[in-house]
Amino acid sequence: MNKRKKPLYQEFTKGIIKQNPVLRLVLGTCATLAITTSFVNGLGMGLAVIVVLVCSNVVISLLRKAIPNKVRIPAYIIVIASFVTIVQMIVKAYIPVLDQALGIFLPLIVVNCIILGRAEAFAGKNSVIASALDGLGMGIGFTAALCTMGLLRELVGAGTIMSGLQSLLSIFGDHVLGGFDGIDLYEVFPALEKLSFEPITLFLLPSGGFFTFGILMAITNRIAEGKGEKKAELHDCGSCPMAASCRMKPEEEKKEESA
Amino acid sequence: MKFYFALLLMGLLTQNFILAKFLGICPFLGVSKKLNTAAGMSAAVIFVMCLATAVCYPINLFLESHDLAYLQTIVFILVIAALVQFLETVMKKYMKPLYRALGIYLPLITTNCAVLGVVILNVDNGYNFPQSMVNSFAAGLGFGLAMILFAGVRGRIENNDIPKFMEGLPITLVAAALVSLSFLGFTGIIEGMGLM
Repeated sequence: MNKRKKPLYQEFTKGIIKQNPVLRLVLGTCATLAITTSFVNGLGMGLAVIVVLVCSNVVISLLRKAIPNKVRIPAYIIVIASFVTIVQMIVKAYIPVLDQALGIFLPLIVVNCIILGRAEAFAGKNSVIASALDGLGMGIGFTAALCTMGLLRELVGAGTIMSGLQSLLSIFGDHVLGGFDGIDLYEVFPALEKLSFEPITLFLLPSGGFFTFGILMAITNRIAEGKGEKKAELHDCGSCPMAASCRMKPEEEKKEESA
Repeated sequence: MKFYFALLLMGLLTQNFILAKFLGICPFLGVSKKLNTAAGMSAAVIFVMCLATAVCYPINLFLESHDLAYLQTIVFILVIAALVQFLETVMKKYMKPLYRALGIYLPLITTNCAVLGVVILNVDNGYNFPQSMVNSFAAGLGFGLAMILFAGVRGRIENNDIPKFMEGLPITLVAAALVSLSFLGFTGIIEGMGLM
């Protein structure tokens, strides 16, 4: 199946930095902006997406010869929605704190374009092991981007680092990581309070989300340019799941403009 | 009546789908380059949101009466996807002018989190049928308002000299941050008017 004969481990590594789904492919922006108000939320969302992405990639790859081409998108959506429902139930039962933090964005993983995009661009054409590795790599890339954004916004917006980590990890037991439950800068540096240094709450608000994402993207663009790669762009029809049925192709847009 | 007006204001200003709730960011960044495409997309979204709510409301009643509420996510997304496909086919066959205006945006809406989002929010908030419809319409209008405003902002950006590393998406996102910041000014308007 794989014509380029890339080594298998590359399917895993490409998603983490080179084709990072959030910062390079610009997929799943809604969830990225909305839930990254803290590191823990980003991590929780990332873990949920990893589970759904790996499972749906494996199942879709297994079914790739059984699914008729014409109805593949609805079929993919059913597979993805089933796994999202399972994850939703698990989170509701075992980590209710996370369920409250993610709110509507937990069921909305169904329409997260990373998952449908990977199903369409990769899992529908490649072997099971390659698809699982691809899903895992992309999921970790997504999680890494969310955690970075969450860390920044939490630090500037609330003056804490990884606060509430224990409640997320409580599913594994009471004292994971030696009971580490984040750092409150105001406790570590009491001087901050004396100087009446206040966190910039704006960064926790929607506007701060857009701003942080913009700055992060500028930085990654700069790094990518230094390595001779092109900038992240939204109109990357190759990664969009709707490309097959969509008539808003870039060429047509250009024609429209010149007309 | 007061509550409906509050819903309308919330959808348009304080709880704007794009600028406060981050639903439908992809079309917001992707299709807001020109005013006419932004307007077309918004009209399609308003239309599909209202239709999806009207269809999903009775379905949800059925699911809840049979203890199947956990199937909501699967059923809603399938209903919306089927609905959009059906709508496209019918429009193509019987409503040519409307299809030319809205048709190209319809496939983009199938996997738009704003549409599924509004349906789930209506259910989560326990709105009854008229409330759900007003909420969906308001959410769609708010989506349109943000899209159209932002299309204007982007027009301005294009005529300016931007630092090279900020060109493209980064400056668009920072501009979105500023638009979102201005919408923050509406906070409290509903309480202030005594609607809630």
